[in-house]
Formats: sequence, structure tokens, C-alpha cells
Amino acid sequence: MKYENYIKVEFPSKSANEGFARSAAGVFASQLDPTMEELGDIKTAVSEAVTNAIVHAYPDTIGKVSMRCRILEGNRLEIVIRDWGRGIEDVERARKPLFTTGGEERSGMGFTIMESFMDRLQVRSHPGEGTTVTMVRVLPKKSRER
Amino acid sequence: MTIKPEYREGCLRLSFQGELDHHSAEKALREAEGIIDRYLPKNCILDLSGLSFMDSSGIAVILRIHRRMAETGGRLLVDRPADQARRVLDAAGLNRIVPIREIKETVQ
Ligand SMILES: Nc1ncnc2c1ncn2[C@@H]1O[C@H](COP(=O)(O)OP(=O)(O)OP(=O)(O)O)[C@@H](O)[C@H]1O
Ligand SMILES: [Mg+2]
Repeated sequence: MKYENYIKVEFPSKSANEGFARSAAGVFASQLDPTMEELGDIKTAVSEAVTNAIVHAYPDTIGKVSMRCRILEGNRLEIVIRDWGRGIEDVERARKPLFTTGGEERSGMGFTIMESFMDRLQVRSHPGEGTTVTMVRVLPKKSRER
Repeated sequence: MTIKPEYREGCLRLSFQGELDHHSAEKALREAEGIIDRYLPKNCILDLSGLSFMDSSGIAVILRIHRRMAETGGRLLVDRPADQARRVLDAAGLNRIVPIREIKETVQ
């Protein structure tokens, strides 16, 4: 696919990196001149996907998480968050609102939030191999004041 | 993430400031529950106007505080969430469980 720019970062699944990942995605997205609301949506969706990798993919270990952000043709921002952890048995069920395997600390709303804040959400996962979450958000060109 | 408590006549106001995510959630919850247990207020107001970021980890924190208040016969209100937090609360449909007072209802 044709892209105009990209970044790729990799970090261990430590919660201190959640803030770093969403901020980095936000700074990268700034090239597309997003509104405050768009920027908030993007950072939130990234935070959800990265937190899932940290909490669910590697429940008892520290593993590798990667994030790639790309600017595609047509003012589209694509973000791919990947882990090599436990994987998801039934993706369709995992994406349903309120579904969680995380007990009281989780609300089961992560995928629902990603879905409502981004234009596209794709989740690919294989148990024992890991999970790849791909999200796309179109950031329409802002019309200058007429 | 810091919590500023203010107690007056049965009402406890907890002002959350900073970023409420998975990284900060556990400590924030422990702190909030500790303050609630100390005052056992009739009403608890969670002031979210100072939150610069919140995600679903924050939703779980609010639900836990809501339950703690219900256990002691008290009530919880979420007050003036900042814009980004407001969008997360909306996407999660939290207002079906906990009442939310908006900024525009309180600003003169
Ligand atoms: N990267 C991942 N690796 C393994 N399992 C995952 C991963 N991401 C999500 N899951 C599974 O999908 C479920 C739903 O995820 P979702 O983010 O919607 O909710 P949650 O993380 O449980 O709660 P919340 O995001 O509200 O804190 C999780 O409980 C977990 O079982
Ligand atoms: Mg989640």
C-alpha cells in the first residue's frame, strides 16, 4: 500500500509505556492537522489496544509490543498494534461490549471504544501466537476559513 | 494522577487530576476507596474536570467506586467530565449506571 510517512516503535509490556505509546501516536497524527477531538479519539483507541496487549496478552510475563503508525493516501491514519502473547480464542465474542476475562479491574469496553472512535477496526489473533489490531481513522482536510 | 478530597456535611468531593489509565488506575482506586471508607459520605461527587486523559480503565474505577458507595447506602455522581473523558463515558454508556452532570449544566 502507498504510504506517505510512518513510524514504528517497540517496547516491553510495562504499564508505564501506555502513556508513551498514545502520546507518540498523537504527535505522529498531528501531521494530519487533527482537531482536539480527533486527537483525543486516536490517543484513546491506542491506549485501549496497548493496554490490552499489556494486560491480556502477557498476563504473567513481560513480552514485546509493537506499534506502527502510517499515513496513507486520502488523509488516512493507520495504526497497527501487535503482540506475540496469548492470543484470543474467539475474536467475535471478545469484541462484544462488556465481554471481559479481566474480572473487576476491567469493564469489557476496550474494543467497543476502539470501534466507536476509529473508522475501521480489524482484529486478527491466533491462540498462543499473538494478536494484531489494525485501526484506521480518516482525518478530513480542514477547510480554511472562507 | 492525583486525587483531591473535600468533605462537607455528608458530601465528599473527589477531584481527579491528570491521566487515569491502566497504569494509574489501581493506585487511584485504592486511594479513593480509602478516603470513602474514612468519611462514609452520603453523597460522593467525582469531579473529572481536571482529567487530561481517561480510558476504559477509568470506567472500571468509576464502577468500583459506584459499588462501594451503594454498599454503604450512598450515592455517586460524576461531575463535569473533561471533553475526552466525556466521549469515553458516552461510548461506554456509563450514564445508564451512574448519573453524569455536564459542564454546561454548572457553568453560569
Ligand atoms: N491483545 C490481547 N491478547 C489476548 N487477549 C486479548 C487481547 N485484547 C483483548 N483480549 C481479550 O478480549 C477481551 C475484551 O477486550 P476489551 O478491551 O474489549 O475489554 P477488557 O480489556 O477486558 O476491558 P477494558 O478494556 O474495558 O478494560 C479481554 O478481556 C481479553 O480476554
Ligand atoms: Mg481492554
